[in-house]
Amino acid sequence: MSSASKGSIGLKVHGLKAEVGGHEVLHGIDLEVGPGEVHVVMGPNGSGKSTLAHSLVGRPGTNVTAGEIRVDDVELTGMASFERARAGLVAVLQQPVEVPGVLLESVLVSALSGTDRELTLEGVRRCMGEEAAAIGLEPAILRRPLNVDLSGGEMKRNEMVQIAALRPKYCVLDEIDSGLDVDALGMVASRLERATGEWGLGVLAITHFERLLVELKADAVHVMVDGRIVRSGGPELAQELEHTGYRPYG
Amino acid sequence: MPLPSCRVSIGSGPEIPVGGSILSSFTAENLRTLNHQDTPKWLCERRVESYNAFESMPRPSEKEEVWRYTPIDALDLDAYSILPALPRGASEVGQGYLEKELFFEPTRWSSTVSGDLGQREFSGNGLVGGAKVGGLELDAAEESLGSVMRGGDALVRLNDAFHPDAVVVDIPDGVRLGAPILIYTWLPDSFETRPAYFPRTLVRVGEGSDVRIVEVVSGPLRVKGALVVPVTEIVVGDGGSVSYVTLQTLGSNVWHIARSASRVGERAKLKLFTVGLGSHYDRVRVDVSLVGRGASSELNSVYLGRDDQVHDIRTQQDHNAPQTTSDLLCKGAVADSSRSVYSGLIRISHGAVRSEAMQTNHNLVLDESAHADSVPNLDIKENDVRCSHASTVGPIDEDRRFYVESRGVPPETAERLIVMGFFDDIVSKCPIEEADSFLRAEVGSGLKDALGELPGLPNAADAGQEHRSGSTGSAGQVR
Ligand SMILES: Nc1ncnc2c1ncn2[C@@H]1O[C@H](COP(=O)(O)OP(=O)(O)OP(=O)(O)O)[C@@H](O)[C@H]1O
Ligand SMILES: [Mg+2]
Repeated sequence: MSSASKGSIGLKVHGLKAEVGGHEVLHGIDLEVGPGEVHVVMGPNGSGKSTLAHSLVGRPGTNVTAGEIRVDDVELTGMASFERARAGLVAVLQQPVEVPGVLLESVLVSALSGTDRELTLEGVRRCMGEEAAAIGLEPAILRRPLNVDLSGGEMKRNEMVQIAALRPKYCVLDEIDSGLDVDALGMVASRLERATGEWGLGVLAITHFERLLVELKADAVHVMVDGRIVRSGGPELAQELEHTGYRPYG
Repeated sequence: MPLPSCRVSIGSGPEIPVGGSILSSFTAENLRTLNHQDTPKWLCERRVESYNAFESMPRPSEKEEVWRYTPIDALDLDAYSILPALPRGASEVGQGYLEKELFFEPTRWSSTVSGDLGQREFSGNGLVGGAKVGGLELDAAEESLGSVMRGGDALVRLNDAFHPDAVVVDIPDGVRLGAPILIYTWLPDSFETRPAYFPRTLVRVGEGSDVRIVEVVSGPLRVKGALVVPVTEIVVGDGGSVSYVTLQTLGSNVWHIARSASRVGERAKLKLFTVGLGSHYDRVRVDVSLVGRGASSELNSVYLGRDDQVHDIRTQQDHNAPQTTSDLLCKGAVADSSRSVYSGLIRISHGAVRSEAMQTNHNLVLDESAHADSVPNLDIKENDVRCSHASTVGPIDEDRRFYVESRGVPPETAERLIVMGFFDDIVSKCPIEEADSFLRAEVGSGLKDALGELPGLPNAADAGQEHRSGSTGSAGQVR
């Protein structure tokens, strides 16, 4: 099934099964996100959306038991998480982690070092400044230890700055809209939309709300229930779910 | 060699029985060489009394709770000898970075104390309003020496008896010193013997006065062994404020067994900050007694273990008056096969109502053969109080590691950034900004030793630093 898609560009997930705490949560996921495309995953609580995000970036504790994850022909399963990021896949997870004493700029310089986007400290700072301005984030927030004492919305905007600075080929966003106020949400969504053109960022966005998709134009919407994609469609599907909820899929 | 000429008699003379073991150096005879004709009578008496107390006391033993988890039974007092007067010039000058950094800008300090024990050099351009920094000749010495550190164990008694001199900081009422005071002790190598050193510091701060002190203890690097037993006493008068930073970078064959005891008066503030990087066995026991209503203390302690070092931090926060607050944070890491012990007690006595006490200890265990123990204790005799304690021991947090790595940071770099951050988080709490740069450089070089080459990247403390130098305010901490 997967051999036909080999040799082409995109984030390609095929037959992905994953277990958490000894239970299979994902029962075979297929998804393909092309460069510059925006795919949205929606689904009830506990359906496995975050587990999908964790599987893609190799978070410890989530065991991929079958399937393939490819970024532009590079097989990611089995790779360490930093290698996946360097291969072009970065995730914004549901709950960012506090890292006392560590500055974002140092993480970014280290993350880009040895890649084609290698930047000096000055370069990283300039980029952070521009990106913070684009989404209305107070730049002083970025001088604090990473995520320490940041509000929920500040953390999410901080994550957005990271995506914009790292410029991965593809990003997985697990509820980047939660915690953002209306204005911030608009700015973050617009920034992502711009990124799809600017460097062809492919987006896999997990969300509960259609609001994100006002500025960020979805190419496809997938409904996940019980660890399976049960339906896929265009952006109108998000609007439909807004009215029907997930009962029709239960 | 000065002759013993003090008229005070010492027990029955040189033939006094020396409690079981035959000490090579801690003898009545040697005490006499310290108690020579210039020694004031009160000091002679104190020394003799302390010596006799030492003789009749049990030696520290791992069986006692206060020495639990330590290698103290391996300390062989007989192996060390006192050097009452060190030959001038014995200290190695030019201790590289540290000394250069400390003495680079003399105007950074309002007073400096340097030189060998027994032959201190004092300078005090910035001492104003009758503030004094000197030795045992100051009046404050007789009045205050031993007034906070009463009694004490055999090792404190040894210090009482054998300290060759003391650094006395005496600040009268209502004096605010601008720049901090530096006390720099470089303990020299001694090639024939394993030396025992007994530094002594006494700080007395009057009502409403404000003083900041940086003390650096460094030294014997090439000795077979050395014993360093510093004792520090601090009295903070009502409404006064003392910040005291200690950096210990002694050589790896040294037993460093330090004690400090403080008494804090009404509405007075004490901020202690200790950094332990050196020594084979590094023990720091800090007792703070809040004796006046509204007194407060803050203790931050940092340690880093490498090779087979042992860092041993014991703290006691004593609340003896109403509305007193104490805050404590000890953070350290152990690498290789090093060990650390943290044991702390919060004690709130009857009547110390509406007091608040916090105690937090975090330990990073960086290698499988390293080990950390953390033992928090509470002894609370009053109901209307708020106390909390927290401690963690373990390797680098998995979630943090994953978070940083998942941005594309290779594991080794991620680990170094996180460990550097762990330390910067506490180093940035240093209450004396003039000490910031060299503390961070020293901690940085220790980390380089433990972890290998560090990424030359800024951390949160640097961000704080920029913020500080960009602001006109005082040493306020920036998060
Ligand atoms: N460590 C774990 N041990 C056992 N089960 C787990 C563990 N972590 C997650 N699960 C289970 O896996 C399932 C999928 O969880 P996941 O977090 O992926 O859901 P989600 O779709 O992201 O939900 P939400 O919309 O609430 O964020 C849930 O039933 C959850 O309880
Ligand atoms: Mg989720």
